[in-house]
Amino acid sequence: MRLADLIGLTPALTLFGLFILLPLLAAFVLSFFRWNGLGTPHWAGGANWVQFAHDPVAATSLVVTAKVVALSWAVQTPLSLALGLFTAGHQRYRAVYAAFYVLPLLLSTAGIALMWEALLDPNFGGLAGLSHSLNLGFLQQNWLGNANLALYVIVAVIAWQFIPFHTLLYQMGRRQIPGVLYEAATLDGASGWQLFWRVTLPQLRYTIATSSTLMVVGALTYFDIIYIMTDGGPGYTTRMLSLDMYQSAFQQDQFGYASVLAVVLGVLGVGIALLLIRFTGFASMESQQEGAA
Amino acid sequence: MKAGRLAVFLLATVWLLIVLAPIYYMVLASFRSQGSYLTAGPWLPTGGLTASEYGTVFAAGLGRYLLNSVIITAACILLTLAFSLGAAFRIVRKSSRGSGAAFRLLLIGLAIPIQAIIVPLYLLIDKLHLYDTLAALILAMSAAAVPVSVLIMVSFIRDIPRELIGAMLVDGGTEWTVFRRLIWPLARPVLATLSIYDGLNVWNNFILPLVLTQSSNVAVLPLGLTKFQGQYAIDVPAVMAAVLLSVLPLVALFVVMRKQVMRSLGAIVLR
Repeated sequence: MRLADLIGLTPALTLFGLFILLPLLAAFVLSFFRWNGLGTPHWAGGANWVQFAHDPVAATSLVVTAKVVALSWAVQTPLSLALGLFTAGHQRYRAVYAAFYVLPLLLSTAGIALMWEALLDPNFGGLAGLSHSLNLGFLQQNWLGNANLALYVIVAVIAWQFIPFHTLLYQMGRRQIPGVLYEAATLDGASGWQLFWRVTLPQLRYTIATSSTLMVVGALTYFDIIYIMTDGGPGYTTRMLSLDMYQSAFQQDQFGYASVLAVVLGVLGVGIALLLIRFTGFASMESQQEGAA
Repeated sequence: MKAGRLAVFLLATVWLLIVLAPIYYMVLASFRSQGSYLTAGPWLPTGGLTASEYGTVFAAGLGRYLLNSVIITAACILLTLAFSLGAAFRIVRKSSRGSGAAFRLLLIGLAIPIQAIIVPLYLLIDKLHLYDTLAALILAMSAAAVPVSVLIMVSFIRDIPRELIGAMLVDGGTEWTVFRRLIWPLARPVLATLSIYDGLNVWNNFILPLVLTQSSNVAVLPLGLTKFQGQYAIDVPAVMAAVLLSVLPLVALFVVMRKQVMRSLGAIVLR
């Protein structure tokens, strides 16, 4: 009996423990050391943490992170909800549209970043070309080089990449709502909008919770697109916390300080996930499902 | 009512354009030569098309990146599924306290963002002399995929009646019999779903190859694409061709088994 447990559990736990849990603990320990990655690490007490508290770049990156997270949620949630309801409908053309809507999911983040970089190029990109042929001057911008625009462009590209996934979630959520609820409400004289507010939205509350959690935690750790498209620039305008950490470690060789940023990132990620789960009753959904099954 | 439907149709079509236009742009740009990309209009297929840049990217080593991606994706799927299935079986069996504790430990893993551990992970991989190898990627990516894979698997196979297992054991069956006769048949559909889900994540992962590898001969596709961009900054058609080639296997997969892929993409939420 116990032998079977040993055989079954050991491989998965070893892999997970060695390559995920151990580094997690190591990040915490390293945050109390000074280390350039080569020599011997030196005990630094709370020095790295004090540095973090006074670091204007870290403060900026926290603000940028908060902005990206909040904007991403505000852009993606309504659009994904609307598109999810649309694709859950039964007209034939909706299924065709839905098949095309998922295409961005197949592209890698690196591919998406490179595609948009080409498209947004102020001299030879697709938008610049459109601006010439349609005489729309505002389309020719230095999209990624303008400190007032870059962050919003990044949020838009992230939305382009992730709305398809959340659309899929809302589509599945809508399809699980029992039709009788709509029939009953319609008999009671509810209009289309009332059906949306009184039936659809309340019934989708768990989907909204799931989608929002994934969205917020995902956007928090967002790295690839920013690394490739702006590398945090111009200035520090798109330097999210994860990028700040990456550069502290692998470009400035401050592994101790980078570990502080890693711990902050981890605590924020886990903390926000737990908070959202508590607030939105995600946990109660799980037990409900268990009861039903 | 009719106006409403028209509005819905128009808005849905606008979104369709937003989704398709960048992809169309990329496809068109990939069939330009370096010169015609700069001179021809970017949205119309006029001014000369050529497939020559596809040859350029293969000559520049895309084949190697492709092969590396295939190797690590296949290895990660095998490793993750085998390990997760074993763990999920023991967790569902609940035969000892250890399995419950193991499950809770793995659940914590779901909330850990990979970015929070890459610095020590890099140091660990370096200590193990695995830096700049495909093995480093396989181990790290499989480990990252284990928690979610176990969770999904457990939720799929946990509804086996205990009496059935009890009867099997009374009839002289062993744990191995239970696994082969009950768990394995139940798990097969979820194995298909998970291999697509985990496979997509591995295929597209960028940050782990960025941190754990360096040389071109172990670069996987997402990293290789950015290497191309570094080398051929002005050759946009070559970069676009490389991106398209990197996504081709996934498009093929999608066309052949669209339903299965869709289900896999929503795997986390299905249960």
